[in-house]
Amino acid sequence: MGTTRISVTVDGVTYTDDVEPRTLLVHYLRERLGKTGTVVGCDTSNCGACTVHLGGRSVKSCSVLAVQADGADVTTIEGLAGPDGALHPVQQAFHEAHALQCGFCTPGMIMEAVDLLNDNPDPSEEQIREGIEGNLCRCTGYHNIVKAIRQAARAGTAAPTSAGGAA
Amino acid sequence: MTATDSTTGAEIGRARRRKEDARLITGRTRWTDNIVLPGMAHLAMVRSPVASALISSIDVSAARSSSGVLGVWTGRDLDAEQGDLPCAWVITPDMKHPRRPAIAVDRVTFAGEIVAVVAARSAAEARDAADLVAVEYDDRPVVLDMTEALAPGAPLVHPELGTNENATWVFDSGEAGTGQSAQAAIEAARSDPDSVVIERTYRQQRLVPAFMEPRSTVVDPTGDQLVVWSSTQVPHVARFLMSVVLGLPESKIRFVAPDVGGGFGGKIHLSPEEVLTTLVARRLRKPAKYTESRSESIVSAHHGRDQIQKITLSARRDGTVTALKVDLLADMGAYLGIVTPGVPILGAFMFNAIYKFPAYRFSCTNVFTNKTLTDAYRGAGRPEATFAIERTMDALAAELGRDPLDLREQNWIRHEEFPFTTVCGLVYDSGNYEAATAKAKQLFDYDGLRREQAERRDRRDPVQLGIGVSTFTEMCGLAPSRVLGSLSYGAGGWEHAAIRMLPTGKVEVVTGVSPHGQGHETAWSQIVADRLGVPFEDVEVLHGDTQVAHKGLDTYGSRSLPVGGIALVKAADKVIDKARPIAAHLLEASADDLDFEAGRFTVRGTDTGMSIGEVALATFAAHNLPDGVEPSIDADATFDPENFSFPHGTHLAAVEVDTETGRSRIRSYVCVDDVGVAVNPLIVEGQVHGGLAQGVAQALYEEARYDESGTLITATFVDYTLPTAADLPNWTTDRTESPATTNPLGVKGVGEAGAIASTPAIVNAIVDALRPWGVDDIEMPCTPQRVWRAIQAGSTSGGAQ
Repeated sequence: MGTTRISVTVDGVTYTDDVEPRTLLVHYLRERLGKTGTVVGCDTSNCGACTVHLGGRSVKSCSVLAVQADGADVTTIEGLAGPDGALHPVQQAFHEAHALQCGFCTPGMIMEAVDLLNDNPDPSEEQIREGIEGNLCRCTGYHNIVKAIRQAARAGTAAPTSAGGAA
Repeated sequence: MTATDSTTGAEIGRARRRKEDARLITGRTRWTDNIVLPGMAHLAMVRSPVASALISSIDVSAARSSSGVLGVWTGRDLDAEQGDLPCAWVITPDMKHPRRPAIAVDRVTFAGEIVAVVAARSAAEARDAADLVAVEYDDRPVVLDMTEALAPGAPLVHPELGTNENATWVFDSGEAGTGQSAQAAIEAARSDPDSVVIERTYRQQRLVPAFMEPRSTVVDPTGDQLVVWSSTQVPHVARFLMSVVLGLPESKIRFVAPDVGGGFGGKIHLSPEEVLTTLVARRLRKPAKYTESRSESIVSAHHGRDQIQKITLSARRDGTVTALKVDLLADMGAYLGIVTPGVPILGAFMFNAIYKFPAYRFSCTNVFTNKTLTDAYRGAGRPEATFAIERTMDALAAELGRDPLDLREQNWIRHEEFPFTTVCGLVYDSGNYEAATAKAKQLFDYDGLRREQAERRDRRDPVQLGIGVSTFTEMCGLAPSRVLGSLSYGAGGWEHAAIRMLPTGKVEVVTGVSPHGQGHETAWSQIVADRLGVPFEDVEVLHGDTQVAHKGLDTYGSRSLPVGGIALVKAADKVIDKARPIAAHLLEASADDLDFEAGRFTVRGTDTGMSIGEVALATFAAHNLPDGVEPSIDADATFDPENFSFPHGTHLAAVEVDTETGRSRIRSYVCVDDVGVAVNPLIVEGQVHGGLAQGVAQALYEEARYDESGTLITATFVDYTLPTAADLPNWTTDRTESPATTNPLGVKGVGEAGAIASTPAIVNAIVDALRPWGVDDIEMPCTPQRVWRAIQAGSTSGGAQ
């Protein structure tokens, strides 16, 4: 099978790789770059566990081909904290509000929440619930996730992440 | 010792933020699918698309020559070594028990059964090759409906068994001597003008546990040794079972559950995939990994519920209940999993719930069908029981024109009556249904909502308000080993813990339970910090690796705290007992004159003392120990509970039902749970939230549905309608606290409470809203279509509107 050369910046590091055109971005991140913080929860683009930022906007990385990320900036959960390891306010809020249990949906949920707050720094509860509708959680009943996002919003966060963190 | 802000002695009851979170919120996770080993093979499964067929032929030649393929195997290739996946619960001596192969050999009995396995260099190449395996099936008739399966002449799921009936299990309080005969009481009630008999049939639809992390297994064979990493709730049980199934020495197998992304019962097994990954890794003499896709998971990992419940309840017209009779059909699916036939039995003692029934009879017939097997799913038996009794109590209240809470109170065990021996012979140790109900009513504004309900009825508002009640209890903390033995369960119910006192004063805690989201690292740290008087931060909790935590029975049935947590307390107490003579020797005092408080031994009446960490260091050095004392204050304990624990609570739901569209909207949901002492209220609340969501999902959204050929037609999250954040409300949770009297922490389990209580609260609310339309029941899930149809049917049959 032929390959295509791509150049992608992920969490602040630029990678040039030859990939099969069919390779999904999530598989490229996990299998080529070792970015296993981003996980696969389904095969039908329903669960949102694989959510990352592509060009500063959230995408389900299972529904993007790696070749579509050519030339783009990708931020994963692993690039969200500051260069000194300081947690992003949304990460901090998830911890404080007990917004995770098993934690499998958490990376995608946090990336989606950051995108939501970038769009709307002060969302209502209803806007939060609709904003994270594409991300499924089975442990929390969403209550504390919604609470965490509101807390992060109140903390005035919505820090842009398209620049990514340092390696 | 480290100076911190911890105040020893005050950890239990504190809403500690979780230790687990740091790696989970930063993506530094250790899911099984993240593991990559040098030379690792990747597996893909070929699964049957048909529900019942003989396998005519399998052609693997194209797959074998596909790029990167290391091997392709069918059931015939592996049958001699694959063994038989076991069921641990032979519920009756004559129970019918089909062989369950990991990979089908001659025939398939459900759609999704594995028929071939491919190993390749990459997961993509394995998947490509799997698609090249050509299988021909000779279709057999399918049987999907339980009643049809029991009819004479029905197609047989397993012809060699001669029947589709797995077993019939009966409990009768008259025969057991724990109460009167329900049959006699109901017959008497039928001819008594001062009595009523309520008869209802409820359907527990089939559900998918839907843990978020798909199951994954990595096996690394090195010589005779096997290391198995797996997304499992039960590494210890799985290791034992793998040893038995494959005939391997248990001592050669190391089972590791790294980070595990949820389970809800769906990961308590030794799976076919774990067995096949092991067989292939051994054949290749290389590490191998298999990770299921979500679609494969929904189709083939075990389902839950799926019962038909026929309920007969008799009561006097003054509201006093006099008998309860339960006749169940339970769908096993095509095979028996680890506790499949016993799931209904876990509910058998809970239909009487919190009520003082003098007579009770339970009968369950288990049935095989050509569907995915069922097994434990959050609550396992108790949600079904709670649903049936709470729905029926509402039906009785409606029949007698009574308020459903008043009627319940008339019949429930009063707080001064504990300990109370039920009609099933269980002893409920503690509880206070009055207190939980009073608090819930107040938080909910029960009287105000009843007024609003009456107003909406009066003005014929198209949006009606229903109020749903569920005053549940459950039995958890599995389990006293003697009781399990009396139920013919294949194992005990104890738990193990060990504490290692490090010379630097840090503490390692080894636990036999296996967390997968519950927050045990945090809660166990709190328990040990309190007991030993060490800082919370100084406690490290080790679990989920049979080489580290060598002994345990793992996590399910809300057992971790009431069983595993108590083992931890007992181990900590042994540490103190072992440290005491050493401290006495070093302090030149009599052991009897030492007090131990807040982590320090002090000589009574003086300020002379030393910390437990200093004792640990002195013991490590071992230069100056009393004669005959071993140089260790480490300890372990194995705890077998004397009783189950019985959390309870009052759940109230206000649901608005649009009578024009059939749409239901939860306006408020209040629950007051009594789980005994809460070690960490934050974690308790989180467990309740998640349980509520799953229970509400059963009431409103979820169902695993098959078409007439036995194909699962809800094999994605969207088709299964797993609820999103937009589908669920905020929850109002609170607690009352009746400490358990059967363990030193006073704790009960909380893992399943929300899922057990919430389903009937929601359905009761919807039915309550629609009683003026003559609606008496709506089958779950209560979709807008079902609700709308019920309204239409009620209207045409003479309902009030």
